[in-house]
Amino acid sequence: MIRGLTLLLLFQLCGEFVSRVLDLPIPGNVLGMGLLLLGLLTNVVDIKWFEEAADILLSNMALFFVPAGVGVMVYGNLIASEWIPISVATVLSTFVVMAVTGKLAQKLETPEQDNVD
Amino acid sequence: MWTDLVATPLFGITLTLVVYLLAQHFYRRVSSVWANPVLVSIVTIILLLKGSGVEYRDYARGGDIILFLLGPSVVALAVPLYQRREEIWKRKRPILIGVFAGSLISIVSACGLAWILGGSREIVLSLAPKSVTTPIAISIVEKIGGVAPLTAAIVVLTGCLGAVCGPEFCRRIGVTSPVATGLAVGTAAHGIGTARMFEVDRLSGAVAGLAIGLNGLMTTFLLPVLMVISGY
Repeated sequence: MIRGLTLLLLFQLCGEFVSRVLDLPIPGNVLGMGLLLLGLLTNVVDIKWFEEAADILLSNMALFFVPAGVGVMVYGNLIASEWIPISVATVLSTFVVMAVTGKLAQKLETPEQDNVD
Repeated sequence: MWTDLVATPLFGITLTLVVYLLAQHFYRRVSSVWANPVLVSIVTIILLLKGSGVEYRDYARGGDIILFLLGPSVVALAVPLYQRREEIWKRKRPILIGVFAGSLISIVSACGLAWILGGSREIVLSLAPKSVTTPIAISIVEKIGGVAPLTAAIVVLTGCLGAVCGPEFCRRIGVTSPVATGLAVGTAAHGIGTARMFEVDRLSGAVAGLAIGLNGLMTTFLLPVLMVISGY
């Protein structure tokens, strides 16, 4: 667990470093994910080192968002000032995106699966 | 003494964990999507803080430590992605096209609806990256001239909505494949949606994690282009 977590943090640190040095709009943790995937695909690192820590973090990932959500309370007034366009756009757009992405991906996926099976 | 104590990280961490565990327990008993533990925990903690007069910045001393674990969790998304790489690579075309369509529709529908409903320019621009993971959304919105804290709040609300309704909504509209479901929820509701998909299915979670990164990249490049085209 500690070894896995340490390595994950090291990859995140590398991601942060690259993001800052190259002044990229992509945050360090997302770059870190890309770097780790690259490391795994090129056999620079072994998946076994990460499995335990990744499993613990990912199965509890929902918890880590709770403090971010509580932060919304600070901006209550800002949201309240134009709550109709904000809430309608947020809610409808979220469902539209899920419908379009889900339907389209499933439609495109089906013939490929038939070939495989 | 109490005010000294709430200003320690111990308070925020303990409060978050206790409320989250109770919310999980509650979720198992009532079996309704609206009892989503993340949503219930957020609402409960906000009400508790407001009710007791504890400042958000005192809570955040502990909250930020829990939030910190989100960083290595995002890096860890590479692990299921690697484990399921063959299944995912086989579906690279539906994945790329699906996320691209979702990214485009997200920007156009969110901004379009807010604009039609008379939202100010700041609101319209702040809504543009609503389906993108928070750190990318913030950097995007700072470049285009929206209000960063407002975007952060909208992103979290979008994530909760997708996590609560996503899996059920997909099933009702006939999206049943684990890849398409994970992709839909990950594209629309980024990390919060992805966390939910990991509870449903590992492959869905892996694909949702991939969608976070892809949607972030696509929105970063699409948005300036759309602003030039629309002249907004």
